[in-house]
Amino acid sequence: MSADGSVVSIRGLTKVFGKGGVTALQDIDLEVGRGEFVSLIGPSGCGKSTLLRIVGDIVEPSEGDVTVNGKPARKARLDRDYGIVFQAPVLYDWRTVAKNIALPLEMLGWDRAKRAERVRDMLELVELTGFERYHPWQLSGGMQQRVSIARAFSFSPALLLMDEPFGALDEMTRERLNIELLRIWAETGSTVIFVTHSISEAVFLSTRVVVMSPRPGRVASVVPVDLPQPRTAATREEPRFFELVTEVRESLHATGADEVEETLATEDEIA
Amino acid sequence: MSSSVSTAAPSRRLGERIRDWVPAVVVFGLGLAAWQWLLPDVLGVEEFLLPRFSDVVGALVNERDLLLRGAWITLKEAVGGFVLGSGVAIVVALVLARWRPFGNALMPYMIAANAIPIIAFAPITNAWFGLLSPWSKVTIAAVLCFFPVLVNTLRGLTSVDPESIELMRSYAASERDVFRRVRIPSSLPYVFSALKVASVLAMIGAVVGDYFGGSLEALGIVVLSAVNLSRYATSWAAILVASIMGIAFYATISGIERYAMRWHPSVRGKAS
Repeated sequence: MSADGSVVSIRGLTKVFGKGGVTALQDIDLEVGRGEFVSLIGPSGCGKSTLLRIVGDIVEPSEGDVTVNGKPARKARLDRDYGIVFQAPVLYDWRTVAKNIALPLEMLGWDRAKRAERVRDMLELVELTGFERYHPWQLSGGMQQRVSIARAFSFSPALLLMDEPFGALDEMTRERLNIELLRIWAETGSTVIFVTHSISEAVFLSTRVVVMSPRPGRVASVVPVDLPQPRTAATREEPRFFELVTEVRESLHATGADEVEETLATEDEIA
Repeated sequence: MSSSVSTAAPSRRLGERIRDWVPAVVVFGLGLAAWQWLLPDVLGVEEFLLPRFSDVVGALVNERDLLLRGAWITLKEAVGGFVLGSGVAIVVALVLARWRPFGNALMPYMIAANAIPIIAFAPITNAWFGLLSPWSKVTIAAVLCFFPVLVNTLRGLTSVDPESIELMRSYAASERDVFRRVRIPSSLPYVFSALKVASVLAMIGAVVGDYFGGSLEALGIVVLSAVNLSRYATSWAAILVASIMGIAFYATISGIERYAMRWHPSVRGKAS
């Protein structure tokens, strides 16, 4: 960990795709402290997924520095300092649920007994006990995503990177998994960076919401979320929740992105 | 959910399964009856065009030693060619998938070669290996198997969902781990569909290869010499044996596929 207590520290980050091509991210500075839950929100094309992948050293930055736990991103990846969850569950069909969750543990060289024990704990954590021998395609989308979350948490990484993990799920499942994720986050004391395009999801989950502008992607504003913990279904009905949703929405408007309108329209319909 | 998975299969009772097969069995019986009576008696199809079913069965019984010996020789050629061609193809595909620049350089030629009528080389291979060598036929079968297996395996190894690879990368997985745990298992459906095609091609290669030389007892030679002696029923019996071998070969590969991919939705049947 670096001296200032940041788990993730991003300085002067710029990403250009192709030679002299599209600038996806420009001059990003961001610090994420231990135990924080930070959401990145912005219209499509603002580079939020790219930013997440740069933190995970899956994509390389063009300029700037990224440190994770005080180490360069590459070193942190090789040390397996973070777990990752994508929008698709990315489970391997040829592995059972238990073996999918055990995959990172196999890579870390854990022995069979230790793996089995951890898998049991993880299944309990995501409330899927009894499904260890199922194959992914036998589960619903929400259950698959819970397996994916269990896999990401299985080796207790200090940092969790989540790229629109609930984006493909229906609203009911999404809200239930939001609460479940917050419970797991609180129980494990991990740090989360969470990419989403849903304003209410970002406000509900986060300790801070980072609003990004499109083309090139920049940090437009940062909205601290002072809603009390633990958050419950009732949190969504508090006046403060709506105030914060409005604040994030107005920040998004200020970025002048067309796509925001669509997001807002659908969210209003649901509300 | 667990109960629905375990009881779904047995609850489709045997009787129901048999009923599913009734139409196919009826068609099979009608086909044989047409062969036996309709074609020769009603439509007047001559013996040299297609002998009566009972005559073919008679030849099958009377010439069983000749046919079995021939079948064994040809089967060995086909299986040998299949194993050799498919095996080399899979190894080459792994190498090309691991070192992509090679793959990108060679792929257009592989796809073009896949479209060559390789069977046209059959007479030439005798010149390479000698008229009586079984290797000419093994080679034809192997080359026939090689390209489809190579092209499909390579496609299977490389068309993996990018996020599956990103996930492995996040675990600091070595290239070897990525192959072992992701690329190879996810290529299996492609590999097996190619192997099934290859099993058919290997039989074709071996039988057609027989026509141009090699052992005088091979099945292809039996077909050819029986025609020359106007013993049509024997030719047809040999063709029937070749067909049965081909189907058995295909079914064996299918069986291995079902075992190797027992995790796959298409094998297990979707749970309700």
